[in-house]
Amino acid sequence: MPQKLIALRNCGVINPKDITTYLDRDGFKALKKAFDELTCEQVIEEIKASGLRGRGGAGFPCGLKWALARKAQGNEKYVICNADEGEVGTFKDRYILEGDPFTLIEAMAIAGYAIGAKKGYIYLRAEYHHHLDLLTNAIEQTREKGFLEHFDIDIREGAGSYVCGEETALMDSIEGKRGEVRYRPPFPPSRGLWAKPTIINNVETLMNIPQIILNGAHWFNQIGTERSKGTKVFSVSGDVRKPGVYELELGSRLKELVEDLALAEKVKMVQVGGATGRIIPYEMIDTPLSFETILGAGAVIVFDETRDIIDVVYRTMEFLAEESCGKCSPCREGTEVMVEILGRFSRGEGEERDIAVLQGLSQAMMLSSLCGLGQAAPIPVIDSLQHFRSAYENRIQKN
Amino acid sequence: MNKGQEELLILLQKAQTEFGYLSEESVAELAKFLALSISEVYGVATFYSFLSTKPLGRNVIRICKSIPCYLKNCQTIINSVEQEIGIKPGETTPDGKFSFQLTNCIGACDKAPAMMINSDVYDDLTPSKISETLKAYK
Repeated sequence: MPQKLIALRNCGVINPKDITTYLDRDGFKALKKAFDELTCEQVIEEIKASGLRGRGGAGFPCGLKWALARKAQGNEKYVICNADEGEVGTFKDRYILEGDPFTLIEAMAIAGYAIGAKKGYIYLRAEYHHHLDLLTNAIEQTREKGFLEHFDIDIREGAGSYVCGEETALMDSIEGKRGEVRYRPPFPPSRGLWAKPTIINNVETLMNIPQIILNGAHWFNQIGTERSKGTKVFSVSGDVRKPGVYELELGSRLKELVEDLALAEKVKMVQVGGATGRIIPYEMIDTPLSFETILGAGAVIVFDETRDIIDVVYRTMEFLAEESCGKCSPCREGTEVMVEILGRFSRGEGEERDIAVLQGLSQAMMLSSLCGLGQAAPIPVIDSLQHFRSAYENRIQKN
Repeated sequence: MNKGQEELLILLQKAQTEFGYLSEESVAELAKFLALSISEVYGVATFYSFLSTKPLGRNVIRICKSIPCYLKNCQTIINSVEQEIGIKPGETTPDGKFSFQLTNCIGACDKAPAMMINSDVYDDLTPSKISETLKAYK
C-alpha cells in the first residue's frame, strides 16, 4: 500500500520559512471557513464525526476532548500543542515542525475558536531547541497576515524530561514546576493549565484538523478502519535500510511499513510504540497498525536476527527507571527492581523465581501506577516473556 | 497561585544559558526574587536534565544512548569522544571547554547515531567525524 499524506501533505512541498508558499496550498482557508461558515459547536461536531483520535499514543477521541473543554465553565481556556516528543524512536513531530509549522498554527487557531480559548502554547522539547527560530518565525508571519487576531500562541521550552510528554506533567512544567504527573480526575478539559479548562493535542493530531474542516468529516471517515480513522505517521528506525518518516492509512500492516517501505531484512522482532511499546515477533509481522491492535505514537524500532531480546528489554527498563518522575512508588520502585532483575538476566545470572517476580511486579505496576509511564513500563517485559521466554530461561543460573 | 512560579523555569533556563550552571547563589536569588522557597527552586533546578546545579563546561556534548542509537553502535562514538577530549561521560575537561554526558532519545533516530553539542544536532555520526566536529568548539 502506498503512503497516504494528510498530516505530511505539505512537508517537503512548502517552504517552512515562507507563509506565502503555505497560502498557495490552501493555507488558512480552513480557519476562514470555520470563522465564516461554522459555529464553534459545528467545528467540534465535524471533528467528532471525523473519528479523529489522539496521535500521541493514548488515542482519545479529539472531538470529545474539545467538546468537554467547550462545555467547561470559565472564560479563560487554553490550547496546548504537545511538541515534547520524547518517546524513544519517535521523530515524526520533529519532521512535521521543520517541514510545515503553519498547518500546526492554523490548527491551534481553529481549536481556540472551537473551545473558546484566546491563548495557546506550544510546548517544545529542549532537544528541539534548534527549531525554535523556525517556529517563532512562522508564528510571527502568521500574526503579520492577521490570522492570529483572536488567538495568540506562545512557545514554552522544556528542559529535558521524558515524563513531561505526559499531559499533566507537561502542564506543571508550563506552570514552572517540576514536571510531575497529577492525579486525575479532574481531567484537563475541565481543570488543566492554571486550573483552567485546557485541551492538549499532539502535533500530529492537530495536523489533521485543517483538512478535516476543508474536506469534511465524511472524507476523513472513509479512511482507516472502523475505530481508527485517517492515517498515522510512523517513525521507523533500527535495522532497516531506509529509516525515516512514513504516513500510512490506519489498518496498514506492519510488514508493509517495515519490509516494503523501510526495506528491513531478516527481522527478529519489532517494537511498536517506543520504550513502553509492544514487542512483535516476526511471526506476527502481518499485524495491522491501528488503535485496535498496535500503534502508540507510531515509533517503530526494528531488530534483526543478530539482536538479543534481553539486552533490549534491559536497556529499555534502564531508560524508564531514569525517566520515572518518582511521584508514585509502583513506577519509581518497580522500574528499579526490574532493572536489577533484568540486569542479572543479561549477565546470565537469572534465578528460577525471577520470572514469577517479574510477572507479579508487572501486574502491580500496571494496576497501581499513576500515569502511562508506570502502567506501560512492564509491557516490553510481558511481551518478551510471552514471545521469547526461552531467552530468559537460558539465562537462569543452574547450580 | 503565585504567578512567580510561572517565570521560574524560564528564568532557570536563562540563568543556565548565561552562567553555564545554577549556583547556590543563583538559586537563592531566584527564590527571593520570585517569593518562592529555596527548596522549591532547587527542586525544579534538579528535576530537568538540561539544567545543572554543578558547573559545566562551555560546551556540553550529549550523546544519545537510547535503543535506536545503540543499534547503530553509539558506543564507538562515545569511545571516540572519550579519546578526543580525554574524559568520560559525566565529567568536564580541566580547561572547562567541554562537559560530556549521555542522554536519552533526541529524536534523530532516522540518522543514528546522533549527538548534540549545546543546541546543535549532529547525526549520521562515524568515529572519524568526531575530531573534525569537535574542532569547531575548541
